[in-house]
Amino acid sequence: MSDTPQVEPVPQETRTLTKDQVVATPPPVKRPKEARPASLWGDAWHDLRRRPMFIVSLVLIAILLVMSFWPSLFSSIDPFSARTCELATARQGPSPGHLFGRDNQGCDVYARTIYGARNSIVIGVTTTLITAIVGGLLGLMAGTRGGVVDTVTSRITEIFFAIPSILGALLITATFRDQDLGIWIVVIALSILAWPMTFRIMRAAVITARSQDFVIAARALGASQSRIMFRHLLPNALAPVIVIATINLGGFIAAEAALSFLGVGVQSPDISWGLMIADARNRFLEAPLPLVFPAVFLSITVLAFIMMGDAVRDALDPKLR
Amino acid sequence: MRKTSPDVLPAEGGLGNEPLLALEDLHVEFGTRAGIVRAVNGVSYTLDSGETLAVLGESGSGKSVTAQAIMGILDMPPARIPKGEIRFRGTDLLKLSEEARTQVRGQRIAMIFQDALSALNPVFTVGWQISEMFRVHRGMSKRDGMAKAVELMDKVRIPAARQRLNDYPHQFSGGMRQRIMIAMAIALDPEVLIADEPTTALDVTVQAQIMELLAELQRESNMGMILITHDLGVVADVADKIAVMYGGRIVENALVHDIYKAPAHPYTKGLLESIPRVDLKGQELYAIKGLPPNLLDMPPGCAFHPRCPYRQDNCVTDVPPLYEISGTRNSACHYWREVLDGDNR
Repeated sequence: MSDTPQVEPVPQETRTLTKDQVVATPPPVKRPKEARPASLWGDAWHDLRRRPMFIVSLVLIAILLVMSFWPSLFSSIDPFSARTCELATARQGPSPGHLFGRDNQGCDVYARTIYGARNSIVIGVTTTLITAIVGGLLGLMAGTRGGVVDTVTSRITEIFFAIPSILGALLITATFRDQDLGIWIVVIALSILAWPMTFRIMRAAVITARSQDFVIAARALGASQSRIMFRHLLPNALAPVIVIATINLGGFIAAEAALSFLGVGVQSPDISWGLMIADARNRFLEAPLPLVFPAVFLSITVLAFIMMGDAVRDALDPKLR
Repeated sequence: MRKTSPDVLPAEGGLGNEPLLALEDLHVEFGTRAGIVRAVNGVSYTLDSGETLAVLGESGSGKSVTAQAIMGILDMPPARIPKGEIRFRGTDLLKLSEEARTQVRGQRIAMIFQDALSALNPVFTVGWQISEMFRVHRGMSKRDGMAKAVELMDKVRIPAARQRLNDYPHQFSGGMRQRIMIAMAIALDPEVLIADEPTTALDVTVQAQIMELLAELQRESNMGMILITHDLGVVADVADKIAVMYGGRIVENALVHDIYKAPAHPYTKGLLESIPRVDLKGQELYAIKGLPPNLLDMPPGCAFHPRCPYRQDNCVTDVPPLYEISGTRNSACHYWREVLDGDNR
């Protein structure tokens, strides 16, 4: 096809063009480079890059990730070493080298806060992955198959929905307490209780996508059931699941802190923000800082993930654009 | 639903003088909360290679449901096929297993939809979607598939096909999108192409181009085509024969020129008279009085009798059989002779 606008029919090979066909062959439109990203994800990324809320949450999350993988970059003190705690200096205020002061055991609050990020992030991320994969796959299956499969799985999720979450988590962690699972007990408890939410969202999104013409067209052109499920339904139903997963991640981190605070989550000597808050609460009026710092870090982390989830939701919903 | 008969795929060349596709007394019904909707009530027609059958009818006449039954893309339940046969080269498709039907879909019988924008997956590029046909069914590599996709896009006359390979469906105009849908449908050289209102969503000039393209592709490959439409104007140039549907039944079967010369069913006559014509400019446009029948509560006797100007007493009580007028023509009207004679009412 030539680049110049065609006024006269241009004979191509042996094919001669009739008058009608010339109308059907407008000159190639030169599209500006800016208009390039045009898929749902491309548009969303284009949109996200210009959202301050997304940038701020991205930076915060990046810092938190670095902090949880390489805490020694931020703190020269190893809080797991007994030598760094001096009982004599317990509840001492901020001093050079100990910016956030010391806690009830005379340990450095700053170092513990930094090292506490890892458990929060690990628990938040793994729980999110497990719930997204389990809930997502089951939701995809239930939504695609419908019928008995859908009815049975939906009723099962309703049983889980009926369990009050903190009570359920207390029960699960208390039951498996003797198994010595470390922080994974928290992941297990939260995953068991949270997957139904992802399930529901995925199922609803799949059911919406399922009745759309392109799924019927794919069937009419010979796509198999599994191909329709993973190539046509999944990509079109993924957006809401990603959004809820991001928002949930913040929720899981908060839930971990709550469980640790209640004494059934992360156990000493492991470090967790929830645990630090629990330890510091008895002497809060005397020494507020050992409670304030982990609490602030916890709030900022939860906020960052929820902000990110909000931004992603707005970007993936074309109607809000 | 599991079918028990052996999975014999229809032979490539066909058996003896079996037609390419034959529908025999097909019934389709839907179980709804309000009762059973009988969408298709005993439809029979045949299609040969290189032939175009236009299935004409208004919304709810069962024309699309018939096509979906042929493709096997009805959701069952709520849909049921209590009776009938769909023979493709002599093999009843309804008796095949789901796996065998998946083999037929797309490769042997393909379908084009009305609204190409919603019939194309919005999250994949058109090149990806066309080449998918080759990757899934022909085991081609991604690169070969893409090369074939360009070939096909050229074939359906999409300008600058290579550059537009990585565009998404919504970046194309309506006519171009329908061309992409057509490219996907003809990708594997099907023997039957079902086009369900392929031009309804397009404007008139583009309609003509798409019909022209379909007719040309059909001539090249000698496939049989079923063109479902409610637009008599679209049919005239392209179709060889016409089946007019009303209330889930075929009310008239005829070669295309016969029907335009003189319709043999009052409904067909009404349809023809309601086409706007230049020579009747200024006059009121004819419309068939009344509404299409409620499929939940079909009128007794002839389904068309409440709207029929030729109605006699027995139309209310007796369901008209499909009277044979000639070898190629049927009409389901007790008074087809009067209608055919042009007895104006």
